[in-house]
Amino acid sequence: MEIWDLHCHLSGVPGNTPEARLDKLLEYADRFGVARLCVYMGMEWAYDPSPEKLRDDNDQVLRALKHRPDRVLGFVYLNPKHIEASLHELDRCVRDGPMVGVKLWVAQRCNTPELDPIIARATELKAVIFQHTWLKITGNLPGESTPMDLAELAARHPKAALICGHSGGDWERGLRAIRPCQNVYADLAGGDPTAGLTEMAVRELGAERVIYGSDIGGRSFASQLAKVYGAEIPQKTKALILGANLKRLLQPILKDKGIKA
Amino acid sequence: MRPGLFTRRRFLGLASAASGAAVLRCETVSAPRHARTASALVDVNVSLSQWPLRRLALSNTTGLVAKLRGNNVISAWAGTFDGLLHKDLAGVNARLTHECQRNGRGVLRPFGSINPMLPDWEEELRRCADEHRMPGIRLHPNYHGYSLSDPNFARLLKLAAERRLIVQLALVMEDERMMHPLLQARPVDTAPLAGLVKQMPSLRLVLLNALRTLRAKPLLDLIAAGNVFVEISMLEGIGGVGNLLQQVPSTRVLFGSHAPLFYFESSLFKLRESPLSDEQMRNIRAANARTLAAAFQRRTML
Repeated sequence: MEIWDLHCHLSGVPGNTPEARLDKLLEYADRFGVARLCVYMGMEWAYDPSPEKLRDDNDQVLRALKHRPDRVLGFVYLNPKHIEASLHELDRCVRDGPMVGVKLWVAQRCNTPELDPIIARATELKAVIFQHTWLKITGNLPGESTPMDLAELAARHPKAALICGHSGGDWERGLRAIRPCQNVYADLAGGDPTAGLTEMAVRELGAERVIYGSDIGGRSFASQLAKVYGAEIPQKTKALILGANLKRLLQPILKDKGIKA
Repeated sequence: MRPGLFTRRRFLGLASAASGAAVLRCETVSAPRHARTASALVDVNVSLSQWPLRRLALSNTTGLVAKLRGNNVISAWAGTFDGLLHKDLAGVNARLTHECQRNGRGVLRPFGSINPMLPDWEEELRRCADEHRMPGIRLHPNYHGYSLSDPNFARLLKLAAERRLIVQLALVMEDERMMHPLLQARPVDTAPLAGLVKQMPSLRLVLLNALRTLRAKPLLDLIAAGNVFVEISMLEGIGGVGNLLQQVPSTRVLFGSHAPLFYFESSLFKLRESPLSDEQMRNIRAANARTLAAAFQRRTML
């Protein structure tokens, strides 16, 4: 059973360089047999990154990719408030570079039309799009998307491959919100290892739409892998969630880029 | 091989079993007798009955005990979700004791709920110690509506220490960002706690679900104040246990799963994520909890 981790970061990890941090991440990943890490964003984060900061963050991920291309896949970090710069980064890192996906965080809610050119271009390039989402009873950040926002975006872009980060945090509501959207996948990463999350995701979305991720280094591989290993679901379903679904989703762009997986 | 190193091949071999529980079963079944003893766990943070907001797969005691035993848990300190919101805590604690005896298969140790805001709570404490013969009690200040600066809380700690009861204090039960809108129980503010602990050298205090909100200097101050222990169920970050042990002695860290609200495997895997020495592993898995419980056994022999 091959494990691919959808959701990894260079922040919260010891080391002064992207290469050193990646080595540390892989040291821990090896303890659990995690074969591939999807990495995005730099060593220090900004909620609303400038074009310069975006480029710097993406350069750090490119360094990590170059360091261990056999173990890492990269997603380009974009900010919908800077469309031209984002489209340029998309071309630089995905069309002309080795990255295979897009990461959108909390700069702007994802139901706004400003995202449309990014989603359209990413879809042309066969890149998957990871959108952070959360439903906080304590209040979202101003630009923080909800799963309902993502469902709106998905309806406008039915051919895009969209991933609902954290399953919305409050997953009992988040999973419902994305349930009708067949092109939206649930990311299990980043919340507490609350029993029932994975079972509900499989029950409501189907096993093929659920993907393991850790949100490392803010979280642990341990707590996030437990969501799959501890779930009361069949073994073949665990295999889909731990790696096969992500591998299938990325296959078109990996094939285009000649990346063997 | 470094201490605790868990290779990919080894993990994948074990992971081919049906579940995380089976992963450990494979390991323990094939291990020699002395290794099985060394891998025994004491889980200081499980709960019985129904979580008020969701049906949990292991909310029946039989299923939970099977999960625990399948993972080599030889003793589990069990509170009850009923203790969060029920007002008849005498009934809650009697049921908890009965359930541990009837379905605990020798694994479950009841920890009764005490709410020092209720009239005559001292009688509840007496029953926990004298009638139910509990090793300790579990407190939920954020569900019972008091702060740790309340004089009743200080009195409760004092009386519990006099009775040699272990006091478990739960700082939170779930991520405050995803609580039910009508049941928002903010994490307990521990600021007054170090001062109280210093005044009670015989108090044995276990902080449950603490490491999400209690970190750095406030955590270290509390640990230094007296016999204070933490468990790892809400510890996060890469290599979390290893990081924690750079600040806190391994003699103060306990294994707690927060099952069945959390997947049991989460805490189990945390012991694999960090490279730990044999001594650290031994302490966290069972030795510290056994030392704590030994004081209870001395009490019951008096």
